[in-house]
Amino acid sequence: MAATAETRQQVEDMSGEYKYGFVTDVEMDMAPKGLSEEVVRFISAKKNEPEWLLEWRLKAYKSWLKMDEPDWAKVNYPKIDYNDMYFFAAPKSMDKPKSLDEVDPELLRTYEKLGSPLREQAVLAGVEGAPRVAVDAVFDSVSVATTFREELKKSGVIFMSFSEAVHEHPELIKKYLGSVVPQRDNYFAALNCAVFSDGTFVYIPKGVRCPMELSTYFRINAENTGQFERTLIIADEGAYVSYLEGCTAPMRDENQLHAAVVELIMLDDAEIKYSTVQNWYPGDKEGKGGIYNFVTKRALCKGKNSKVSWTQVETGSAVTWKYPSCILSGDNSVGEFYSVAVTNNYQQADTGTKMIHMGKNTRSRIISKGISAGKSQNTYRGLVKVLPGADNVRNYTQCDSLLVSSESGAHTVPYIEVKNPTAQIEHEATTSKISEDQLFYCRARGFGEEEAVAMIVNGFCRDVMQHLPMEFAVEAQKLLGISLEGSVG
Amino acid sequence: MLKINDLHVSVENTAILKGVNLEVKAGEVHAIMGLNGAGKSTLANTIAGRDDYTVTSGTVDFFGKNIFDLEPHERVGEGLFLGFQYPVEIPGVSNLNFLRTALNSIRKYRGQDDMSAADFMKLIRAKADQLGMAPDMLKRFVNVGFSGGEKKRNEMVQMAVLDPKFAILDETDSGLDIDALKTVAAGINAQRRDDTAILLITHYQRLLNYVQPDVVHVMIGGKIVKSGGKELAAELEEKGYAEVA
Ligand SMILES: Nc1ncnc2c1ncn2[C@@H]1O[C@H](COP(=O)(O)OP(=O)(O)OP(=O)(O)O)[C@@H](O)[C@H]1O
Ligand SMILES: [Mg+2]
Repeated sequence: MAATAETRQQVEDMSGEYKYGFVTDVEMDMAPKGLSEEVVRFISAKKNEPEWLLEWRLKAYKSWLKMDEPDWAKVNYPKIDYNDMYFFAAPKSMDKPKSLDEVDPELLRTYEKLGSPLREQAVLAGVEGAPRVAVDAVFDSVSVATTFREELKKSGVIFMSFSEAVHEHPELIKKYLGSVVPQRDNYFAALNCAVFSDGTFVYIPKGVRCPMELSTYFRINAENTGQFERTLIIADEGAYVSYLEGCTAPMRDENQLHAAVVELIMLDDAEIKYSTVQNWYPGDKEGKGGIYNFVTKRALCKGKNSKVSWTQVETGSAVTWKYPSCILSGDNSVGEFYSVAVTNNYQQADTGTKMIHMGKNTRSRIISKGISAGKSQNTYRGLVKVLPGADNVRNYTQCDSLLVSSESGAHTVPYIEVKNPTAQIEHEATTSKISEDQLFYCRARGFGEEEAVAMIVNGFCRDVMQHLPMEFAVEAQKLLGISLEGSVG
Repeated sequence: MLKINDLHVSVENTAILKGVNLEVKAGEVHAIMGLNGAGKSTLANTIAGRDDYTVTSGTVDFFGKNIFDLEPHERVGEGLFLGFQYPVEIPGVSNLNFLRTALNSIRKYRGQDDMSAADFMKLIRAKADQLGMAPDMLKRFVNVGFSGGEKKRNEMVQMAVLDPKFAILDETDSGLDIDALKTVAAGINAQRRDDTAILLITHYQRLLNYVQPDVVHVMIGGKIVKSGGKELAAELEEKGYAEVA
């Protein structure tokens, strides 16, 4: 423990940049270490789950046992020992669901420090017309508070923790859980199905435009603990919602696993805008510690004229393995993927998207910006697939890579499978080194070295950043600068 | 203000500057003329602190400080400005954002607070107007798709907003139409004060008709070979470098 504190101090002294690296001191309720049928039962029991959900978990667990960890991504990490970590950790005080007033003040302070105020009043007290954002805060394995719930209820929007939704809206959960990402979809998805802890559930009823941004703030705090959250968002006919997730974790020497599953469902004419600012602890300058971010995110454009748009700014995690995808099944549906992935030091990111065109006249657009600094590796991996019945499909893909250091790597792996001759697929890719001329020009105008890099990188990412909701764009811009600290020289 | 003493600079192991001596005092305007490849831009870039230029010997004193002890942005903080011969494009970064960040970085270096967005807008609009730059150019990305003349004009707007004590303008007059030349000259003259100094690098006498230099230098082969009054420029234009220097 002393060693951990010391290393953390060293990291802070050297870089001082990961300002979310603090630990919250609360008493935790943990599952027994390791993974077994007992642990799955333990989690389900902790959450008071109905029998059907326990069965669902156990089925997933059995499938997982027979699956192999994927090794095709361009990432390297030591084998994960699933018996040397905890699969469930909850603050002791969270045994029963509570109102905000009863939430442990220590937890509230954590979210304040993170810049995500859970007190609605604090937000309401702000300037007239200031944007309001409803927040679901997930602390390790449980949701600690969901704000603005009453107000959302008035418009019929359901926004609550996944665990609560299991009890309050079992019919919706039963109908949609696993309907976009099947249990056996991949190794980490199966693992998540078995041990998922909490997450967010959103339902936007027919014809409703959600009156505010919804967001979930994920925080890993406990040591040696994996986080396995599930998000399920359903936009009924003609509904619209903009949703944002943010993530941070303390600095720890050990690697921590984060294996989430996100499922989005859009019925006719519905639209979901899903934005992520991922800033999990990336590890230190020598590549020690950091989060393994193995996430399965998929959207099903089930209805005609439906639309989904993924925007992600990925700056954290030691290893990222993530491909938010769109199944464009409804005719005229639209899928968009806008991504910025920054890697520094020894970070590795293998990220991209899959656009599966099944419906007629479906369109997709992919803009990916990869920035590699330090000794990091940054890969775009994407699939555009057009099925035989999908007439008049259009796809546009643009992948740009920017190398900030000469020791880093940028890779682009586009897969294109077209089974319908009417498809129009366009793909553009560029790789460039950050220009000395640009850097010097900025410096000759008074920019510090890192400020110059941040400015150029932000310009490079502009086409993606402009798709973030206003409230988060500024923060994301700063984050880009922070994650590139120490990348020059 | 700026004192260069026997400066030798090489680029990739080739000596380019071979013993430059130059002193510029507050209130003065100097012009450096010289053949292509003489080392004028090299001198400018070295003073501004570009990496690839290795100072092999000599000193540059800027307001009593050894300029080579300062990082490029610190030199700017101390009051230096370099107007580029070839201004660089920065895609995705608006002129406004770029210049505001620059100004606030300089203010931070000087221990001043950020300028408010409203004050900044007032300042930049006024300067752009004086220099004949259309307001929507401010919203465009830095130099992206600007014509040659527009880029030069943009350099002048930047100078006017950052208000340096010592400005080096590397061929800011090249590629300008006659109206733009007059506007740019007016901009230079506006920056000319008792407490500022300007070093013009130029090939043409015509700029010097509008901006009267106190001293004209001729640079050849990495050295200043001759200095004189403004009549030297006219003489050069008439007789050429071979005869004069
Ligand atoms: N980065 C570089 N790499 C190699 N050679 C360089 C570099 N920069 C300058 N030089 C060389 O140094 C010499 C001086 O160049 P410099 O740009 O200083 O000339 P100049 O006097 O400004 O010329 P001009 O009037 O054409 O602008 C030239 O021969 C040029 O090719
Ligand atoms: Mg030159």
